[in-house]
Amino acid sequence: MSEKLLEIKDLEVIYQTDEETVHAVNGISFDLNAGESIGIVGETGAGKTTTALSILRLLPEKTGIVKAGSITMDGVNLLEVPEVEMRDIYRGERISMIFQDPMTSLNPVLRVGEQIAEALIYHNSDHKTKEQIEKRVEETLELVGIPRARKNDFPHQFSGGMKQRVVIAIALACEPDLLIADEPTTALDVTIQAQVLAMMVELRRKLGTALIMITHDLGIVAQVCDKVAVMYAGELVEKGTVEDIFESDKHHPYTDGLFGSIPNLTVKSARLSPIEGLIPDPTDLPKGCKFSPRCPKCMDICKETPPKEYVDGTHCIACHLFGGKA
Amino acid sequence: MIKYVLKRLLLLIPVILGVILIIFTIMYLMPGDPGRIILGENASQEAVDQKNEELGYYDPFFVQFFNYLKDAITKLDFGESYRTSKPVFDDVFARIPNSLKISFNGILGACIIGIPLGILSAVKQYSAVDTISRVTAMLAAAIPPFWLGMMLIFAFALKLGWLPSSGAESWKHFILPMITLAIPYAGSMLRMTRSTMLETIRQDYIRTARAKGVPQRTIVFKHALRNALLPIITIMATSFGGLLGGAVITESVFSIPGLGTLIVTGIRQRDKPVVLAAILFLAVMFSIIMLVVDLLYAFVDPRIKAKYSK
Repeated sequence: MSEKLLEIKDLEVIYQTDEETVHAVNGISFDLNAGESIGIVGETGAGKTTTALSILRLLPEKTGIVKAGSITMDGVNLLEVPEVEMRDIYRGERISMIFQDPMTSLNPVLRVGEQIAEALIYHNSDHKTKEQIEKRVEETLELVGIPRARKNDFPHQFSGGMKQRVVIAIALACEPDLLIADEPTTALDVTIQAQVLAMMVELRRKLGTALIMITHDLGIVAQVCDKVAVMYAGELVEKGTVEDIFESDKHHPYTDGLFGSIPNLTVKSARLSPIEGLIPDPTDLPKGCKFSPRCPKCMDICKETPPKEYVDGTHCIACHLFGGKA
Repeated sequence: MIKYVLKRLLLLIPVILGVILIIFTIMYLMPGDPGRIILGENASQEAVDQKNEELGYYDPFFVQFFNYLKDAITKLDFGESYRTSKPVFDDVFARIPNSLKISFNGILGACIIGIPLGILSAVKQYSAVDTISRVTAMLAAAIPPFWLGMMLIFAFALKLGWLPSSGAESWKHFILPMITLAIPYAGSMLRMTRSTMLETIRQDYIRTARAKGVPQRTIVFKHALRNALLPIITIMATSFGGLLGGAVITESVFSIPGLGTLIVTGIRQRDKPVVLAAILFLAVMFSIIMLVVDLLYAFVDPRIKAKYSK
């Protein structure tokens, strides 16, 4: 195994307002090696985006608070790095992020070339000249499959899929070590989704970038990721390699539920089988296992005590069903 | 783009004709005949009748209207003032520079104070700076200009003697009126800037820019401000247009001969040609300002520009 690039330990994030405290992320831990990819899977509101924003320290200034834990990149705790260093060295340079909605993540009044160039201008450690930056902008655009002549166009002149390509180009301009993709294909239609994903896989192979892929689509995870972490109500209920998650017969009931809600092509059934109920209110989480109110295999102990992690090689499951064997 | 401007300029014609028609109608309905106004209380009825006849007062409405239009368009002749018997055009024209100066200065001052404070207030939302700015803005917007003007005269003209209190002879005469207008407008400018900036700062593309590692100052001025500029431009231009003829109180406090006072005295004295010509000028100015605003929009936002060239 190669050196650990990113290590998140017991990360806890809350959103604090006058009225209430939202427990968005409740003590999650995972790590990622250089060049590796991890998929974070979970429902809306599970805390996936919050986790991603914490890594870049882009949580809403007043309300988003990291309460505990550490985010270590190459031995440096990002939570303790001064803001200036965070901006100059990490954001956009070593870590970049692709956001969910390409329609709104580009500045409508700036030319796309300019928006890509910006990342290069502010991370210009090797003193590139203006011409070199322009050249790099053109290269990056071609890398994501956009003709270089279009760098002088404005975002409104691009379609949704093309916009997401531009967003990816911005993220890749500085050849980061880590790319965080927050549901990069959710806002796109299916054919464009496949194109963008294929492109991301290809680019990752070419550039050797590590990837955190946030999604609620298990299909994307199978296609793109080496590792998977299943997130529920701010916790990682299960994590492991893609094989662990897709092939092992031991699963957290929530993961089972996620797989169960994928329509099966071979079995004829009239209805989909969704997980009943809703994700718990993050201002008032259940005392024991967070999934217990919805869990079909819920036991008495689940309602009282939070489960310990069951570990089997690379495969971890936080559930009482497998408790005691760890 | 040029085609768009031409189209808009052509559109000015019906707009202005409409304005003339409306004001002309209102003035037509106003009681009192010009002969009496011109010749005074003591003139004989025959003289008054004769004067009225001369001015076409007894003609039907549409004849009067078309005669007015014809003279206005062909000879730039907007009639003579009933009170001074001088051509109205000269009277209005002489006051335009003063009105332009005080309105422009006032809005400029409002922008210089209001926009930076509004930005600061938004960027540091809920901080002490923000609270102080907001409260001050509310107070500033609530200050009546006549009071502020008189206080300024009292302090800077009477007590300190630094600036003249009235008249429009030199640039010094325009400083106090500028402050009088700038302060209340700065208040509303600040509030507008703050609210649009707050909205813009929350947009996804601002987060994208942050994620790129762009420094805060660049984010505020390059990414956010340009997107927040449209409503700011709008309020700037409408305030300017409004002040051209609406700074009556400031004009009277500082005895500056401007369009606002001209119109108000014109109405009070039933000096129809003066009022008509002055309002007509304001309507033209306002339409041109709005055209400039729309062109500025295109300059700021490429999406609007694209719409214009279609």
